[in-house]
Amino acid sequence: MKRTTTSRIIVPIAALLLIGVIATSCQTAEQAGSSDAASAVYVPPGSHDSYYTFFSGGFSGQMTVAGLPSGRLLKTIPVFSQHAENGWGYDEETKAMLNTSYGFVPWDDSHHPQLSQTDGVPDGRWVFINGNNTPRIARIDLSTFETQEIVEIPLSAGNHASPFITQNSEYVVAATRFSVPIPQRDISIEEYKEEFKGTISFVRADDPGNMEVSFQIMLPGYDYDVSHAGKGPSHGWAFFSTYNVEQANTLKEVFASQRDKDFIAAVNWMRAEECVANGAAERWDASYLRNFKPHGDMAFTEELRGSNMLFPENCEGLVYFLPTPKSPHGVDVDPTGEYIVGGGKLATVIPVHSFSKMLAAIENEAFEGEIDGIPVLEYDAVMAGEVENAGLGPLHTEFDGRGFAYTTAFLSSEVVKWEIGTWQVVDRIPVYYSVGHLMIPGGDSREPWGQYLVAMNKMTKDRYLPTGPELAHSAQLIDISGDKMEMLLDFPTMGEPHYAQGIAADLVKENQVQIYRLEDNEHPYATLTEADARVERDGNEVHIYMTSIRSHFAPDNIEGIQVGDKVYFHVTNLEQDWDVPHGLGVMGANASELLIMPGDTRTLVWEPKAPGVYPFYCTDFCSALHQEMQGYVRVSPRGSNVPISFHTGG
Amino acid sequence: MNRSILPLLALVLLCFGCGSGTPESAGSTDAPATTAGLTEEQLEHGIGPIEAFDPGPLDDALADKGLEVFNLKCSACHKMEGRYVGPEMGTIANERSPAYIMNMVLNPAEMIEKHPEAKKKFAEFMTPMPNQNISEDEARAILEYFRREAASR
Repeated sequence: MKRTTTSRIIVPIAALLLIGVIATSCQTAEQAGSSDAASAVYVPPGSHDSYYTFFSGGFSGQMTVAGLPSGRLLKTIPVFSQHAENGWGYDEETKAMLNTSYGFVPWDDSHHPQLSQTDGVPDGRWVFINGNNTPRIARIDLSTFETQEIVEIPLSAGNHASPFITQNSEYVVAATRFSVPIPQRDISIEEYKEEFKGTISFVRADDPGNMEVSFQIMLPGYDYDVSHAGKGPSHGWAFFSTYNVEQANTLKEVFASQRDKDFIAAVNWMRAEECVANGAAERWDASYLRNFKPHGDMAFTEELRGSNMLFPENCEGLVYFLPTPKSPHGVDVDPTGEYIVGGGKLATVIPVHSFSKMLAAIENEAFEGEIDGIPVLEYDAVMAGEVENAGLGPLHTEFDGRGFAYTTAFLSSEVVKWEIGTWQVVDRIPVYYSVGHLMIPGGDSREPWGQYLVAMNKMTKDRYLPTGPELAHSAQLIDISGDKMEMLLDFPTMGEPHYAQGIAADLVKENQVQIYRLEDNEHPYATLTEADARVERDGNEVHIYMTSIRSHFAPDNIEGIQVGDKVYFHVTNLEQDWDVPHGLGVMGANASELLIMPGDTRTLVWEPKAPGVYPFYCTDFCSALHQEMQGYVRVSPRGSNVPISFHTGG
Repeated sequence: MNRSILPLLALVLLCFGCGSGTPESAGSTDAPATTAGLTEEQLEHGIGPIEAFDPGPLDDALADKGLEVFNLKCSACHKMEGRYVGPEMGTIANERSPAYIMNMVLNPAEMIEKHPEAKKKFAEFMTPMPNQNISEDEARAILEYFRREAASR
């Protein structure tokens, strides 16, 4: 009797619960403010994320692409570092992309992705990223997710405040975090204060294949740290945070933190264009390289020469210093373009400058001094407000487009939400641990997609299953669509993602290239039909013109190679269907595999060192008969009389 | 609420889920289904964008263009005489209808999945015919090349 009663109660309750569960699961990302974090980040099998996110790879030198809200890793885009997974920097087609004036540099430290913009809004054409160690900027084509262009920055060092982009992708910028003798020369480090300088560079960004340094600005030897361009009313300006105004050259953690205030440098780049046009720039010696990889062809390197060097004293109105407490790191411009937020990493408040007050202060000459021809504006004359109680160690700020700003606090491990105009903190949320940058898709643009925030944390500790001493860095996804921030998800990232940029998926996914058309393949060593597959000897060089299609190579039996030959496998993938790459691995080759996209040609160089028969095979599972996709090369002693011969099939 | 309705309501919700997932329609044609759910038309002329048609008299210039496309996109797997990765093509125009040939070129994945004749070939050769992203015009040219080859044999 009792059991009957219980079941009469339980059945309806269970039914109600079931209805609740089903009804909840029917809701999509729009209800991400609910307490059900799991469903808010759940992207069902076969469904797509709402946003692409581009994470810098930090000391990996690459960039990774993840979807939001799932946090799923979609791709690693090789940029500044060799990448054995697809042959980047190993194969003959892409090696040249890593050329610099210092020679072949197979690694860098990539920090800040920047999406191209039109009218101050991410447009999904390209994403740029800086190389911090050997100053470079790369442009990645978002129709192929391949790095297409890398340009060096001459007369620079420690390219950290880069490649922050202007409103219509006119320029990406570069700057010296490590001031150095410019031009470089053999002098004592003790001469830092007198002889070391900083430069800020503007690199033409909106003309693929023609990225170059348009002009550079010579500045005092501070550390130029982070940047953001103006937008809307402040379009035409770019802002750079500085520290080490003390100009220390040793134990900077102490000696570069002495002063109450360092500077944000406000650079009027439209004024710079005028000064260059008026002949106010000095033509300096410089030699730097630009590498370009056309689709379906070999990458090539060009040397660019000379620099248009501007000195603030010769170009009035070019640069102003805004005093900013204290060793500012982030410098972020709100969506209206009026407010410039400094992240003083040792400051107790977040200072916010006003662009219109800055213009008035310049007009009224509210200067407290001048350094190397650069007026220093009075702090009170440019300040719009200070955010109190904003956490310890504020670093970076992004915006939701609804009048709120979000600032990371490194030391107190939190994200703090505050209101623009009242400068009041309205919410805060702890993050794990020691957050650096944060990212809201479009959050540094004129029109943020203010739904999610990603905190990029520097310390991971206990957040995941432990993996020995080295741990993946942790990113955390926070829902910012409601009044209160809500933690949704932890996910690991590659290398150290200093910064990321996000964009609505629709702006990118519609433009995807699926194959390279064979008809458009202009590679000098392409083999467009199997009938043209062949092996040619030219002295010690042997060129194998090879094709691949499911599931065979042509030729797949090759004889007549000799020890001491330099053998080029030029492999053209004849497939014309999406997602059918073929690979090539050769036993003992001192390089990575090739990974060849449909319709593309890639080249592996192999220098066999001993006689024998060497197998090669397809490394990327391509069909039910993938395991059969293999062949042999016979290598004979030097001077052997085995003739070149080759075939596939009978 | 009468509590006996609640389990029913749950069931209804379960069955119809979120309401957005309309099941894929089983077929786009109104004609009656026959073998393997295909229409007579599909069995004869294949599954894809091309309907039965009369190719008319042989167009030599078009066949030349077809030879070019064939060499670039197809010859790594097909030869006119003899088995290679795929079946020989020398007399295919005598064995299949013009629309069937073009549909096989244009829509190989669905053909291999659904058409009994294409399935048979797949079982025999084991390598699925890839989609080579060939346009309808190019497929028409390939057909003309096959027609010329078949006529010469």
